[in-house]
Amino acid sequence: MAECHPVGFQWVTEAKLRGAKVIHVDPRFTRTSAQADRHIPIRAGSDVVLLGALINHVLSNDLWFRDYVLAYTNATSVISPEFRDTEDLEGLFSGYDPELRTYDQSSWAYAQTDGGTVDEPGSDGTADTATESDTAEGQAFGEGGPPLEHHRIRKDPTLTDPHCVLNLLRRHYARYTPELVAETCGISVDDFAYLAAAVVANSGRERTTAFCYAVGWTQHSAGAQMIRTAAILQLLLGNMGRPGGGIMALRGHASIQGSTDIPTLYNLLPGYLPMPVAGKTDTLASYLDGIASKKQKGFWANADAYTISLLKAWFGDAATAENDYCFGHLPTLSGAHGTYQTVLSMLEGGVSGYFVLGQNPAVGSAHSRLQRLALAKLDWLVVRDLQMIETATFWQDAPEIETGELITDQIGTEVFFLPAASYAEKSGTFTQTQRLLQWRHKAVEPPGDCQSELDFFHLLGQKIRERLAGSDDPRDRPLLDLTWDYPVDEHGEVDPEAVLREINGHADGELVDGFAQLRADGTSASGCWIYAGVYAGGVNRSALRVPNGGGGPTASEWGWAWPANRRILYNRASADPDGRPWSERKKLVWWDADASRWVGDDVPDFPIGLAPDHRAAPGTGGPDALDGTDAFIMQADGVGWLFAPKGLVDGPLPTHYEAQESPVPNPVYPVQASPTRVTFRRQDNLFAASAGQPGVEVYPYVFTTYRLTEHHTAGGMSRWLPYLAELQPEMFCEVSPQLAAERDLVNGGWATLVSPRAAIEARVLVTDRMRPLAVRGRTVHQIGLPYHWGVGGHAVVEGDAANDLLGLALDPNVQIQESKVGSCDIRPGRRPRGPAVLDLVAEYQRRAGLTPDTSKEA
Amino acid sequence: MAFLGWPVLRQVATRDWLGRGPSVTSPTTAEAGARTSTADRVAQSVCPYCAVGCGQRIFVRDEKIIQIEGDPDSPISRGRLCPKGAASEQLVNSPRRVTTVRYRRPYGTQWEDLDLATATDMIADRFVQARRDYWQEQDADGNRLDRTMGIASLGGATLDNEENYLIKKLFTAAGAIQIENQARI
Repeated sequence: MAECHPVGFQWVTEAKLRGAKVIHVDPRFTRTSAQADRHIPIRAGSDVVLLGALINHVLSNDLWFRDYVLAYTNATSVISPEFRDTEDLEGLFSGYDPELRTYDQSSWAYAQTDGGTVDEPGSDGTADTATESDTAEGQAFGEGGPPLEHHRIRKDPTLTDPHCVLNLLRRHYARYTPELVAETCGISVDDFAYLAAAVVANSGRERTTAFCYAVGWTQHSAGAQMIRTAAILQLLLGNMGRPGGGIMALRGHASIQGSTDIPTLYNLLPGYLPMPVAGKTDTLASYLDGIASKKQKGFWANADAYTISLLKAWFGDAATAENDYCFGHLPTLSGAHGTYQTVLSMLEGGVSGYFVLGQNPAVGSAHSRLQRLALAKLDWLVVRDLQMIETATFWQDAPEIETGELITDQIGTEVFFLPAASYAEKSGTFTQTQRLLQWRHKAVEPPGDCQSELDFFHLLGQKIRERLAGSDDPRDRPLLDLTWDYPVDEHGEVDPEAVLREINGHADGELVDGFAQLRADGTSASGCWIYAGVYAGGVNRSALRVPNGGGGPTASEWGWAWPANRRILYNRASADPDGRPWSERKKLVWWDADASRWVGDDVPDFPIGLAPDHRAAPGTGGPDALDGTDAFIMQADGVGWLFAPKGLVDGPLPTHYEAQESPVPNPVYPVQASPTRVTFRRQDNLFAASAGQPGVEVYPYVFTTYRLTEHHTAGGMSRWLPYLAELQPEMFCEVSPQLAAERDLVNGGWATLVSPRAAIEARVLVTDRMRPLAVRGRTVHQIGLPYHWGVGGHAVVEGDAANDLLGLALDPNVQIQESKVGSCDIRPGRRPRGPAVLDLVAEYQRRAGLTPDTSKEA
Repeated sequence: MAFLGWPVLRQVATRDWLGRGPSVTSPTTAEAGARTSTADRVAQSVCPYCAVGCGQRIFVRDEKIIQIEGDPDSPISRGRLCPKGAASEQLVNSPRRVTTVRYRRPYGTQWEDLDLATATDMIADRFVQARRDYWQEQDADGNRLDRTMGIASLGGATLDNEENYLIKKLFTAAGAIQIENQARI
């Protein structure tokens, strides 16, 4: 955090000055470690074992926050008797289909009060046959979690039923012991005891613990489950919805949160509404059924209002009740269409044109070699950026030109480089990592031909619509029905506030003040329901700039946080079931009995007048079905999920699997790697052999990639700046003195790293920051690689790209690549030049006997 | 040197007992001021790098950005910037920045100039064509797809919400589904 989010880290420092204990778990020693009370090095990819052992510690020593857990989590909910745990099935859950490598999730369901199970809305209760396309759907449950057909769930407040969630949890993690941590993560029993004691001592009524992570958790083949393990622990300790608690995703781009909320992502529509799926949710009725049932609890039951308001915002008067509000104008998905699937399709000539907007995949995406080769297969490419990045110049100076794999005058790709306006040359909002929208005021006009994306896409849309005007082809209707008339200023530029007002939404001709005003009858419109309220009262609240946010614990007058300017989500949980703060020290939101409403230092994340002792009438659904203690108002049953009966395609409980490439055998189960992980079996995407397979010794070391303070992702905004280029001029690798001795590596000298995909060179940094770990009687060496450099002719500094080494193995829930763990060899000296580098990679592949089937099995 | 200009007397005259203040200030230093003080205006902005969202103040003189500093009013950053944020002025004023359209024709060996309006027209033509050529009406089971696989996009995490909104809206209406950004990476 101190490396990649230094200014955010000032608050960790403040907390430390006030007595907080800071513990840093990371394979390498960083600036964060230097400020921490203790640095605990971990073997990359073993996080579920460490966190699972903390869960086991908390459960077996009865250290969980009883009042919180019983009221606000699904600990007492009973799961179907058909459910079988990984303890029963040697590393698999019930429902696994080894042919399709997917789970039928029906046996993970909640038991119903009156027998049977609580299924998905619209299902007839019989088990669906899993299909491959199911693997694309885990990610489609955005903010709210997956739907349930109703909330009549069997509960066991006595916690004696072996099928109740808390008991399933106990059993699942019973073998996650400090000794297992030692032999899996390389973390000593002493370090584990220190960590466990600190986390427990710092949780409860008087104190809260926070977990902060960056892509160290997301970039794994079981990344979503790593984060879920932390979520289970935080729920057990009562650290969610409370000040100083939570799990903080430290995101790396200025508006990466915003581009998830208003998604330039294939699987989502604005506000975490899923994209329609062919054959399943491709009509309005089936779509709405698939998101939420009217009989489940909470605010997702109003998804019809959010969906229809979005369709009204996009298609205006053309969207009517008679035509299902133009729902049929939306294209449908069939399976995953993520960036990696798209690049593979590109390689086969399946994509004609590619827009690259402020990103540099030729350097920054996993298996960047494959990315560059794919660019050469396009008909046309549009790169919009500030600088001549490597993605724009691949046809001139990609490494594959030097190897002879690509020849400039034989590449048919037509390339348009369009200069972009910088952040200072346009007004608009970024959403930062805590959901806070902040308006930027334009400082100057963009130079030359530079243009904002707002203007470019507005204009492109106009030109496309002109070309289709008068068409009677039904496929052109969506573009022609689109609301696309935005007011422009004297420079012909779109007024961004007009777009923000459309996002906010309106009803009966007035801007809405919040999403509660959105309706399902076509009388309201909103481009992103969770952003409804950013223009409450007709005021652009993202532009609020009261110094220091007006003071107060939440600095609430600086910018605007979605939803409803709440700064801490689920903050009903900051009070006890009776509505009193858990402690004076940790009070945030509480029930004021005299005023009959929730009050406090934050906007209450709960129906404002819903008393703690309120019990919903039987048979109700949606917000009306919430009890006064249902703190998790977006969940279908009103509680935080320790066990996930729906929604995750790789299991209802996080389970340790080794990475796709790992020299260590899975110490917990006979299943080596995540059985549902996504891999692409191709000659150009070979994987190293894992533990126990022949050839494992050829790529004996683990590499992990990361960022440096002085650079930004693929370097497009940093390698071109002299200040930053001078601070970090050259690609390097971090190795321990022991590994340096083992491989004759010299500090400041060169090394060549070889993976099953590529070979790159880097300067050697021999440092104690990398510590060899003792794991199951052997030494595991980890190599650290920053990934900011790329080969091209235009930046101030260039170098080989670490991402060339990576293969494509994805988390099945979210389709994110495993770039935090890979296998490689390292040798002294520079890499061969020209085609010889391909020979080196091939020689390693031959020696290891790699085929597309290597490391295929679960 | 005139008697009254003797250092010790200067020190006494200006009560600069440690000799580190006015008694040793050169005329150049005395006249120097922060370049921010001559700015015509200041725009409130937000750092473009990571997602912490540090406040920035952008100082403008003669329609040119002359300095970018941390905004002390921000409850997030309290005026601080990291090395990247502090280098923002080089980002916007970079002499390497490309400010005109560059075009590489198929099988071409060098960049060519191209007029922005022409480029936009060419892209619109190609968009319409690719959309048509790669259109999918239905899957093998007759389920509706209504989409094109011929157009893809990557990027958005460095852009504004309003921009992402128009991109998603336009591409979705066009039936292009392969729209992605850094959040997947």
